[in-house]
Amino acid sequence: MSGFDVPDFGMSWLDAVGTSADVVLSTRVRLARNLQGYPFVAKAGPDEREAVFDAVRRVARASQLTRHCACIRMAKIDPHARRVFMERRLVSSDLVGEGRPGPHEAAAVIAVFDEPISIMINEEDHLRLQSLSSGLCIAEAWNLVDRLDEAIGRELLLAFHPEFGYLTSCPTNTGTGLRASVLVHLPGLVLTKEIDRVLQGLAHMGLTYRGLYGEGSEVVGNFFQISNQTTLGKSEEDLVDHLVRMVDTVIQTEARARHTLMRDAGPSTENLIWRAYGLLRYARLLTYKDLMELLSGVRLGVSLKLLPGPPVYTLNRMMIFSQAAHLDQAAGRELSRPERQAHRASYVRKVLSDGNEPPTSDPGG
Amino acid sequence: MSEPDRSCEAPGCERPATVHLTQIVDNKSSVHYLCVTCAQAKGISPIAPANIDVSDFLSHLGETPPPPSAGVSHPCSRCGLTFDNFKESGRLGCPRCYTSFESGLRRLLNRIHGATRHVGKVYLPPDPAAADLSRRLDGLRRRLRRAVETEDFERAAVLRDEIIAIEPAGKR
Ligand SMILES: [Zn+2]
Ligand SMILES: [Zn+2]
Repeated sequence: MSGFDVPDFGMSWLDAVGTSADVVLSTRVRLARNLQGYPFVAKAGPDEREAVFDAVRRVARASQLTRHCACIRMAKIDPHARRVFMERRLVSSDLVGEGRPGPHEAAAVIAVFDEPISIMINEEDHLRLQSLSSGLCIAEAWNLVDRLDEAIGRELLLAFHPEFGYLTSCPTNTGTGLRASVLVHLPGLVLTKEIDRVLQGLAHMGLTYRGLYGEGSEVVGNFFQISNQTTLGKSEEDLVDHLVRMVDTVIQTEARARHTLMRDAGPSTENLIWRAYGLLRYARLLTYKDLMELLSGVRLGVSLKLLPGPPVYTLNRMMIFSQAAHLDQAAGRELSRPERQAHRASYVRKVLSDGNEPPTSDPGG
Repeated sequence: MSEPDRSCEAPGCERPATVHLTQIVDNKSSVHYLCVTCAQAKGISPIAPANIDVSDFLSHLGETPPPPSAGVSHPCSRCGLTFDNFKESGRLGCPRCYTSFESGLRRLLNRIHGATRHVGKVYLPPDPAAADLSRRLDGLRRRLRRAVETEDFERAAVLRDEIIAIEPAGKR
């Protein structure tokens, strides 16, 4: 592999704009949809998947909402480019064919340039309509995906059952097909050891959590992805409203935990934050997990105004650009594991020294 | 996530407390430990665990075999999937599977979601029948009320236009 090019889109969710952007990194809403008259993706033949792909692409190109888009077939791009898109959360591991020999010929993503929406085609379901944007904006994200769903549904015959609602390959998505999730940073609750209680509380309120990269992914850097657990028996608006209310409660609980931390354990909290900053600033080798744990401390410090910078936007970008495929992309070649750790540390040092002079003021505040 | 084993806090109940309920009232949170039975008596329905594995779930469901009349032993008439295939993979084969395995699926959906009836958006196919239209209108009116309540007037305007567009002439 000698260098490869990946267009710079699918990253507006890193912008750190919107409400509570220091705690809520991003909001995602997705709808699972299938076309009537075709088997679901796992049971469909290559011709049927191809027909689904053609139909969806035709509709997307003609629709006002999605016509400025790139349509990318996973099988046609470099495996590294696929991983770059995955690290940006534009495509899922299922779409790129992880755990299988490779992606389906007709597995594709339609990425829209002027709206934070995209469509995965031939993932687990024929269609995964999704909106991914920065900060806390669940209702807005739902409105946008709903409009996309309307545009698609006007042109294509979707699988819908009068009793069960929208039909999906897995019965855990049947009904609305809606999964709304927010990615929240909860270091205060983790440090005060209240997190298990809060997560249990959420579970009993019909919500579930995952790590940064969705189903089965580990929680790193105190980032939790909170979403609705069930999809049937409640309207989309009720599911969305419920999540909004519960996430508001979580944000308030996190704020109280941070207050408690500063009140009861101020010096050790400050020490943790400054140590994290120092390690990021000077380390020569960093694993991704190390980086995420340290970034969590720095993010907390910036949010508590104990550290003057870097801005949250920069912290968000660091999370993405220091992942394996992004480092390989920057290097223009596939790096070995030890090389990656060195490249990661060097990238982080550069970001923290560029335009963000190391703070020299008395950290006492 | 390991909590010490507790018993249910309801008076006189000794069953293990598998339901941990966090209540937040006036900025104060309190945790209650209840068994499933007492939780249900308090109107709290236990929900499926996170990251549910459907095939695992189904193997438990298999302990009470459905009556033969459920048609579960016949493969799906459209895609040929059997209910046993589904139990292995946790994935259905096609939209018709929902009709082919209707009663078995209804029980499964109820276990997963605590409900079987969709109450959200009503899909209007490109060439709708009258029944589709009236279901769709009900859904749109409900959403319009909601948009007005939450002062989302931009959305309300869109929904109202849509209602006008599909409402039978003379009904307004
Ligand atoms: Zn009890
Ligand atoms: Zn079938």
